[in-house]
Amino acid sequence: MSKLGTLGARLHRGEVGYDFVGNRKIWYGISILITITAVLGLAVRGLNMGIEFQGGAVFTTPKKTNVSVSQAETYAEDASGHDAIVQQLGDGSLRIQVAGIDTDKADQIKDKLADDLKVDAEKINAELVGPSWGEQIANKAWQGLAIFMILVVIYLAIAFEWRMAVAALVALIHDITITTGIYALVGFEVTPGTVIGLLTILGYSLYDTVVVFDSLKEQTKDITKQTRWTYSEVANRSINGTLVRSINTTVVALLPVAGLLFIGGGVLGAGMLNDISLSLFVGLAAGAYSSIFIATPLVADLKEREPAMKALKKRVLAKRAQAAAGEEPPGGRGDDTAEDATPAVVGPRTQPAARGRGRGRPSGKRR
Amino acid sequence: MSWPPRPRGAGRPEREYEKVAAPKKGRSASAQSKPWRSLALILIAIAALTGGMFWSGNTTPRLGIDLAGGTSITLRAVPEAGQEGAINKTNMDTAVDIMNRRVNGLGVSEAEVQTQGDRNIIVNIPKGTNSKEAREQVGTTAKLYFRPVIATEISEPAAPTPSPSASGSGSPSPSASATGKGDKSDQSDKDKATSSTAPSATATSQGRAVTDALKADPTPSGSASGSPKASATPTPSASGGASGDTPDAKVQAQYAALNCADEKDRATAGKGAKPTDTTVACGQNSQGLWQKYILGPAAVDGTDVKKAQAVFNTQGAAGWTVTMEFTGKGAKKFGDITGKLAQQPSPQNQFAIVLDGEVVSDPYVNQALTGGSAEISGRFDQEEAQSLANMLSYGALPLTFKEDSVTTVTAALGGEQLHAGLVAGAIGLALVVIYLLVYYRGLSFIAILSLLVSAALTYVIMSLLGPAIGFALNLPAVCGAIVAIGITADSFIVYFERIRDEIREGRSLRPAVERAWPRARRTILVSDFVSFLAAAVLFVVTVGKVQGFAFTLGLTTLLDVVVVFLFTKPLMTIMARRKFYASGHRWSGLDPKALGAKPPLRSTRRRPTPPAGSVDPKEA
Repeated sequence: MSKLGTLGARLHRGEVGYDFVGNRKIWYGISILITITAVLGLAVRGLNMGIEFQGGAVFTTPKKTNVSVSQAETYAEDASGHDAIVQQLGDGSLRIQVAGIDTDKADQIKDKLADDLKVDAEKINAELVGPSWGEQIANKAWQGLAIFMILVVIYLAIAFEWRMAVAALVALIHDITITTGIYALVGFEVTPGTVIGLLTILGYSLYDTVVVFDSLKEQTKDITKQTRWTYSEVANRSINGTLVRSINTTVVALLPVAGLLFIGGGVLGAGMLNDISLSLFVGLAAGAYSSIFIATPLVADLKEREPAMKALKKRVLAKRAQAAAGEEPPGGRGDDTAEDATPAVVGPRTQPAARGRGRGRPSGKRR
Repeated sequence: MSWPPRPRGAGRPEREYEKVAAPKKGRSASAQSKPWRSLALILIAIAALTGGMFWSGNTTPRLGIDLAGGTSITLRAVPEAGQEGAINKTNMDTAVDIMNRRVNGLGVSEAEVQTQGDRNIIVNIPKGTNSKEAREQVGTTAKLYFRPVIATEISEPAAPTPSPSASGSGSPSPSASATGKGDKSDQSDKDKATSSTAPSATATSQGRAVTDALKADPTPSGSASGSPKASATPTPSASGGASGDTPDAKVQAQYAALNCADEKDRATAGKGAKPTDTTVACGQNSQGLWQKYILGPAAVDGTDVKKAQAVFNTQGAAGWTVTMEFTGKGAKKFGDITGKLAQQPSPQNQFAIVLDGEVVSDPYVNQALTGGSAEISGRFDQEEAQSLANMLSYGALPLTFKEDSVTTVTAALGGEQLHAGLVAGAIGLALVVIYLLVYYRGLSFIAILSLLVSAALTYVIMSLLGPAIGFALNLPAVCGAIVAIGITADSFIVYFERIRDEIREGRSLRPAVERAWPRARRTILVSDFVSFLAAAVLFVVTVGKVQGFAFTLGLTTLLDVVVVFLFTKPLMTIMARRKFYASGHRWSGLDPKALGAKPPLRSTRRRPTPPAGSVDPKEA
C-alpha cells in the first residue's frame, strides 16, 4: 500500500500527475489512428463470423477420441458433403464444424459420424444452428445497443450535462470500434459469446466513465467563482485524483476475466467462456483507456467553448500574467504559473501560503 | 492542493460540514447512528432467504441445459404470408401450450417450453430423454381433427372391460361402451335435461355438449344425412347402438389392448394413423380418468377452424363455453358431420376433438350445426374453457415454427463446463481478494466480508428464482456473475478511496467515513444505474443466451447496491470506532502516514481537539 498509497496521496494533492487534458491532442491522434486501423481492418478483412452466424453444425466428440484430425475431417466431409473444420481440443476431444447445412440434415450427419468415429451418438455434443439465428442475435444486439445508447445519453444529459453525455458516447463508440477492429485484425472468431462480451463492455466502459465524470462534476461545481484554474486544469486534476481508483477498478475487473480466460482457454479449449472473456478483456482495457484519455479531455474541450468558461480562462490567464509581471506572487501564484508552463507534468501545487489563504473562506469570496 | 474539496470543508468544524455534504441529513444521520440496525436487517434478510431456500428444498440453482446436459431447441415463429400480425402473445402462448403437451407427452415431464423475445420459443429437454424424438415432436405442426366417436369407455389397467352396467359384455364392442358410463357422476343438470334426445340416456363422458351457436342459423333441415360424404365414411350410421358398423378387426384389437391409464400405451395410441383412417385414441375426462376411444375418420380439419375463444355465457346459465367459428369450407363440413351425428344414439352422437392423437374434448351433438359457428358448453371453469379454446385455435394458427438452433450437450460436457465456470469464478474471486488484501490491508476485511455477503445473496436468490420464475443458471449467466465480482468490488474501491482522500485532508477516521459516504454513495448509485440500465435493455431486447447473461448482471448490480448500503457502509461505521482502524494502525489500510495525510496545520486553531491519528507533520 505504502508506495501506491503515497502515490495516491500525491495524485490527490496534485503533486504529481500527468497532464491528460494538455496532451489530449496526442491521445486523440493515437485513438483516431487506432480507430482508423480498426475500421480498415473491418472493411478489408471483415469479421470471422462463427458457425452460429452462418448456420451449420458443431459436433464435439467425447474425450480421448482415437481418431486423427485429418481422419475425422474426411469422415465429416463424407458424411455431410460439405467442407469440415476439425480442431483437437485440450482434453483430446475433437471439435468438428460443418458450415452450410440445415438442422434436419445435421442429425443424419451426427449418426453417420458416430458410426465412423465409433462413439455413441448420444455422447456427441451437437450444436445445430439455423442460418438466421446468429443474425437474429446480432440484430437484437444492435437494437439493444441503439436503445441503450439513447437511454444512456438521455440519462447522462440529465444527471450530468449533455457535453458529458456526448463525450461518454464517443468513448463508448471508440471502445466498441477498437474491440471489433481487433477481432477483425487478429481474426478471432465472432460467436454469440463475443456479442455478449461486447455488450458487457458497454456497461463497463460507461461505468468507468461515469465515475470519472462524477468526480469532475463535483470538482467543477463552483468553478466560475474562482480565478485560479481553468476548466481544463480542474478536469485534469479530477482525472488524476481518480486515477488510483481507475487503476484499482480495472485491475479488479480484469482479474476475474483473466481467470475466465485462463480457464476457458486452458481447460475447455474453446467455447462460450473463452469467447466472452476474450472480448471482455480487450474491451475492458479499451474502456479504461478511453474514459481517462478520451472522454474527460473531450468534455474539457467542449466545456472550454462555453462563453462562461472562455471568460474564466481569460480571467485566470490575466491574473497569472499580472502576478508574473508583478514579481511579487501573493500566495505562491508564481509557482502556479511556472508549473503551467510545463504542461506534461503538473508540478507541486502545495504551497502553505496558498493553503492558508483558502482556509476558512467560502471559495466564492476568494479573489 | 486540490482546490475544491479542501476549502469547502477543511477549515470548518466537522459537525457543520455534515450538514453541507449530506443534504438528506435525516437518512444519512440515521444510517450513521444506527449502523447495527441496517446490519441486522440484511443479516435477517439473508437468514430468511436461506431459510426459504432450505424450506422450499431448492438448495442449488437450477442448471441450464449447457451445464446439466440435455437438448435445447430454439424455434422461431414464421407467420404465413401476409399475416405478420399473427405473431402476438396469444398465439405464441397457445403454441407453447401445445408444444408443452407434446414434449411432455413423451413420458418425461421435466421438459420446459417457454417463449423468449417476441417470436422465439425455447424448448429445453433434459438429458435422458430421447432428444431426437422430442425434436420431431416439436418440429412438426400440430394436427387437430374432429373425428366422430364410434366407441368409448373408461380405460383402466385392471379390468379391460370395466363397464359396470348390466348390458356390459366382455367384448370391447362399441355397444358395450355405450352403456359403460352409467356410473358417471359428474352429469350436470343440463346434461340430464338434454339427455332425453340421446337414447342411451347418460350422454357424454365429459358432460359437454355442442349446442347451436348463439348466432347460428337455426336451420336443422340441412342436416346432412343426405351428405355425399356419409357413404364414403365408415361412420356408424343410425346403428342405434348396435355394432352394425363395427370398425375393422385390427382397430378392434388395438382398442381392446389399449390401456390409456398407461403412459407408454398412451404415447403410442393411434400413432401414425392417417386422418382418413379409423383409429384409437385416449383422452382424459373431466374427472381425470382416462378414457379410450375408437374414432372414425377425420371429418373436419383443425385448419378449418377460423377462430375459437372462451366466452362466459350469461344467458341460460351455461357458464363458460367455447365458441368456434369455421371457415367457409369448414362450416360446410361441420354442418355435414353434425347433421349425421345428431341422429345417432350415444356415444355415436359425439365427436372427438383430437389434438396430436389425444382426445381433448368429446362433446355430443343435438342437431346439425350449419351456421359456420358452434358453441361447446359444459361445466367448464374459466381455465378449462380457455385451454380448450387455445387448442382449437392452434389448428388455425397462421404460424409455422422453424428450428433456429439445436444444442445437445452431453451430461459429461455439461458437468465439465459447470466445473470450469466454478473454478474460473473461484480463481477470479481469489485474485480479487488477494489484490484487495495487498492494497487495502485491514480495509479489505470489510471488502471481503461484503463480497461474501454479496455472493451468498446471489446464490440464495438464484436458487429461489429457479422454481419461482424458471430461472436457470447457464454458462453465460455464470460469466455474468464472474464479471459482476469486478463491479461489486468497485463500489468498495470507490468508497475506500473517498475515505482515504478524506484522511489525506487531515481528517480522523470517523468523520472521514461519514463525510466520504454521501459522495461515494452518489458515485455508486450513478454508475450502478448505468450498469443496470445496460442489463435491463439487454434483457428486454435480446434473446437466447444473451438474456441469461443480462439477467445475472442486472441481479448482481441490484444486490451490489443493497450490500453497499446495508452492509458495507454500516460495517465501516462500526469498524471506524474500533481502535485498530481509528488509530490508523499500519495494517489497517488507513494509516495516515502511509497515505501521506496532511497535517491539519492552522486548522488546529479552529478545531481545538484534532484527532491524534491525523497529526502527522510529514508533509508540512
